[in-house]
Amino acid sequence: MSELAIRCRGLVKAYDDVVAVDGLDLEVRRGECFGLLGPNGAGKTTTLEVLEGLLAPTRGEVEVLGRRWADGAAWLRQRLGITLQETRLSDKQTVREAVSLFRSFYPRGRDVDEVIGLVSLEEKRDAWYEKLSGGQKQRLAVACALVGDPELLFLDEPTTGLDPQSRRQLWEVVAAMKAEGRTVVLTTHYMDEAERLCDRVAVVDHGKVIALGTPRELIERVVGHEVVEFQAAAALDEARLAALPGVRAVHRRNGAFALTVDRVHRTVPALLGELDGAGARLDRLSTHSATLEDVFVALTGRRLRD
Amino acid sequence: MTDRAPSSLVELTLTRIRLFFREPSAVFWTFGFPLLLSVALGVAFRNRPPQPVVAAIAAGPGAEEALRAVVAAGQKGAVLPVAAARAALRTGKTDVVVLPGSPRTYEYDPTREDSRLARLVVDDLLQRAEGRRDPTAVAEVTVTEPGSRYVDFLIPGLLGVNIMSAGMWGIGYVIVETRQKKLLKRLVATPMRRSEYLLSFVILRLLFVFLEIPVLLGFGWLAFSVPVHGSLALLVAISLVGALCFAGMGLLVACRAQNVQTVGGLINLVMMPMFLLSGVFFSASHFPDLLQPFIRVLPLTALNDALRLVMNEGLGLAAVGPRLLLLAGLAIVTFAAALRWFRWS
Repeated sequence: MSELAIRCRGLVKAYDDVVAVDGLDLEVRRGECFGLLGPNGAGKTTTLEVLEGLLAPTRGEVEVLGRRWADGAAWLRQRLGITLQETRLSDKQTVREAVSLFRSFYPRGRDVDEVIGLVSLEEKRDAWYEKLSGGQKQRLAVACALVGDPELLFLDEPTTGLDPQSRRQLWEVVAAMKAEGRTVVLTTHYMDEAERLCDRVAVVDHGKVIALGTPRELIERVVGHEVVEFQAAAALDEARLAALPGVRAVHRRNGAFALTVDRVHRTVPALLGELDGAGARLDRLSTHSATLEDVFVALTGRRLRD
Repeated sequence: MTDRAPSSLVELTLTRIRLFFREPSAVFWTFGFPLLLSVALGVAFRNRPPQPVVAAIAAGPGAEEALRAVVAAGQKGAVLPVAAARAALRTGKTDVVVLPGSPRTYEYDPTREDSRLARLVVDDLLQRAEGRRDPTAVAEVTVTEPGSRYVDFLIPGLLGVNIMSAGMWGIGYVIVETRQKKLLKRLVATPMRRSEYLLSFVILRLLFVFLEIPVLLGFGWLAFSVPVHGSLALLVAISLVGALCFAGMGLLVACRAQNVQTVGGLINLVMMPMFLLSGVFFSASHFPDLLQPFIRVLPLTALNDALRLVMNEGLGLAAVGPRLLLLAGLAIVTFAAALRWFRWS
């Protein structure tokens, strides 16, 4: 059996007027939780739908669980669990009826009530879909994906639009899936979600992977440990800022500066000295630990949610 | 972990049945509306006892005798000044104006059925009152029985319309709604057999024929004593073939449409001509000869005609055979086309 759950090379998906995926390479290992990060329109969902066998690629090789969609579709469908971004189930179907219906499609699968318990919907078992909250609907979608006992789970923006508590509940479900040894591939544009859940992430922009690694690796490699942001009412020389001790990179955003640095305690005193020397008045200064959001900004010059 | 594999066809069909009965508007349009319609039309067009004719007799010599003869014969009349009598005829308040004298003059409107009838009835009763003897004795048998009334014509037509609209809306609309919700896409991402998904809709339609027939015909029988002259089994068979045909048409309108507005428009586009032309509320023979070949190949015409041949005329398979073949052929063509063009995403 292949070590890889997904192997994808040179994937291209082009429509009449737009290239959604533009030569994307991806390898996902068995048992890991893998995140595709990127802004809306980056090509995450298209990539996922090609991997799920719902879209045919324009070019490129795709292998899922060691099989290709062309000859392994029936075999693959029994081993994948999927949530799509915008699916709405039937309004007047109860939670239990929906999960039972999905269970009936799989020759082998899990017990319906057990799966409802896994996503903590026991109390809503007999409630109609239309009566559920957004978070409960999303958990039901995950239950429908789990009831076929999948080896590989695809979750497309599982927590978009949910309140913080619902997000945390879903995170627990995903963590439990991972603990059971299932491979999970999810897309998100919440960086905290990716840092929390994913073993590895790929940052996707304009249909390509622009960075790949564990969240920590990416942050340290691309950004550094910390970010110092400040605003000063004076013209400052970027080259002089870049030369300050411990500075990895200098970014300007809306008149403010962001320095990515290895060690705040070395850089900040030097920065203050530099500002004094230039006669600049400091309006604002803050520091935070670098996040994947900073990785994305460093790589593209844009924010994820723009 | 369970290895028990419940039948997905059974689950899909159960889902369809549950969702139907949980949608009050679907239940109303399928069962309630045809019943209301049959009550309204059955009452509006019920056969009334024969209405008396109304004669206005111009005042003058002989007017009172004439009025007595009219009233004695069970008809209605009044003596009025000539001008008032003519005004009453013009405004439709009376059917005929009688000017007594010699010759006795009838003023009436020959383009009005009631008026022509009144002229004949009033002349006949006055001549008799004056002593006319008929050369030949006549006897009469009157026929007013269940089976030949408007409501007897209407009930099979309503059953046909019911089978058509339940197929078109119940399949066409529901499938497109499922597609619009992206639920169809989610379903085809599972190992679900696509044929079973579509089959569950067809099974639902066939099962519902066994509800629609008892509800409509049972109601017609209880409320209006509408009889079924022919074979009930043949009636059910015709309804099933009709349901299959309109299931195919429902699938066909649903096979590409991406949203419910589009499919709603398509369904109305297909159903409206049949609703008007296929002899639901009145016989299709009222339309010009030029339209008849077109009307005859409409599936609802074939279905309504077949239902009426069995229900009203008591005919058998031989009489309805060609119409059944037309429905079955259309079912095959529409299913084949729908499956060929069906979009799952």
